[in-house]
Amino acid sequence: MGFLADYISTVYNSVKSLLIGMKRTGYYFTHHKEIITEEYPDNRATLKMADRFKGEVIMPHTETNEHRCTGCTACELACPNGTIKIITKFDITPEGKKKKAIDTFIYHLELCTLCNLCVDACPTGAIQMGQGFEHSVRNRADLTKVLNKPGSKVLEGVE
Amino acid sequence: MFEEVGRTETGDLIINIGPQHPATHGVLHLVITLNGETVKKIEPHLGYIHRSIEKMCESLTYRQYIYVTSRMDYLSSHINNHACALVVEKGLQIEVPQRAQYIRVILDELNRIASHLLWWGAIAMDVGAITPFFHAFRERELITDIMEETCGARLTMNFMVPGGTMMDIHPDFVKKTKAFLNFFKSKLPEYHELVTGNVIFKGRLEDVGVLSKEDAISYGTSGPVARASGVSCDVRKLYPYDVYSQINFEEAIETKGDCYARYKVRMKELEESIRIIEQLIDNIPEGEFQAKTKAVLKLPKGEYMTRVETARGDLGVYITSEGGTTPYRIKFRSPGFSNLSALDHMVRGSKIGDMVAIMGTLDLVIPDIDR
Repeated sequence: MGFLADYISTVYNSVKSLLIGMKRTGYYFTHHKEIITEEYPDNRATLKMADRFKGEVIMPHTETNEHRCTGCTACELACPNGTIKIITKFDITPEGKKKKAIDTFIYHLELCTLCNLCVDACPTGAIQMGQGFEHSVRNRADLTKVLNKPGSKVLEGVE
Repeated sequence: MFEEVGRTETGDLIINIGPQHPATHGVLHLVITLNGETVKKIEPHLGYIHRSIEKMCESLTYRQYIYVTSRMDYLSSHINNHACALVVEKGLQIEVPQRAQYIRVILDELNRIASHLLWWGAIAMDVGAITPFFHAFRERELITDIMEETCGARLTMNFMVPGGTMMDIHPDFVKKTKAFLNFFKSKLPEYHELVTGNVIFKGRLEDVGVLSKEDAISYGTSGPVARASGVSCDVRKLYPYDVYSQINFEEAIETKGDCYARYKVRMKELEESIRIIEQLIDNIPEGEFQAKTKAVLKLPKGEYMTRVETARGDLGVYITSEGGTTPYRIKFRSPGFSNLSALDHMVRGSKIGDMVAIMGTLDLVIPDIDR
């Protein structure tokens, strides 16, 4: 008789454990109000990434086409992958002095691992992490970007 | 490895699982010798995702090498970064501010929860249940959202730096973390309803892949795998780093050593992680989040070693420095590699279907094994 009792209790407990799980699954089957998935790309108009999201390196410019980069190459030295290459030039100030400035700020997005070390190293806050994440392009060369806009110059007072 | 497909002289069948196979959770290649359905021998072939991270680190400075280690055990990347920051701090004797220590430990534990959640979904899927995976990812998504807001990335954060953290926490961090904990605590009983007590799940895991305490020690396993065999090896308890020494938490230990014991250890660790975060989240002290460090870090000549407890076990970072700005030699003792070495011993003699369950409870992350 002990064998039979064991057998019945095993079957009972097994079916019970399955039914408890099925109950939980059934609950979610009938309560599917909470949508947690992002309906990308249908929600592109309203999609907002977090402020700190590391999408790409950008260099903000003011309305008068000025940036804060002095060409100190701290970011170039901090970068582990050789993503940033800065070509510097010498501007002549109105007083006739030579002043170091950036000619081109080359940024290789295809090499970048978005580690934030360049932004951390920048002493003047010239570069930031942008929120853009749609980086696919037709041509690989398009991933090599020049961050300073044409004709831009360093903001007055940034040393 | 096509030449290895076939039969041995004694008539045993040799089959390959992987490198592209969902059961191996990555590019692991297993050559299995089968007698009927019984596994006679199992031989892991590694190297499919070897990126020579240790060699790469030799050419990177002590600030730069941390980001590479996020790519080792990508499911607990914060904890990997933490280990690398700790070893540099040890070498330079940097005093880390209390605020930074609190933030680091909270993020570590959040990362551990996220890692265990993914594992929980994956092990249930390995043994045939698909629904738990979606439950686990629903909760994990909240953690990745917190990570995205504070660290700027969802998986490879690179948030720890020598001397503290890279940025301060986001103003919403405390609020969101508490909301997550409350939500998660209400969902944990569901996990036990769905999977823990399930008769099929228990039937697949109980008394399968038993690893005795002696074998667990001799194979050098660590983390939940060793703790399920009764080995007390939690680095957070034995060699506390940062604020772990001030926290009250229990080390999850089971004695049976089978797959179900490993499952129970990880489920208990989820609860312990909640406990750790709850003790810290309300008392994050004010102050600096990063210690003042020199612009160029140079480790004094010598050898440095630290250990941390990742979600998979004991991660050791060993640096030999010649006094320069880059390490002379760096060695990572990854938990996955040692845990994998016990696989052959555990699988031998059991059925091939059990092998998937055993591999699932080992919680292997292949980039951590290959580096």
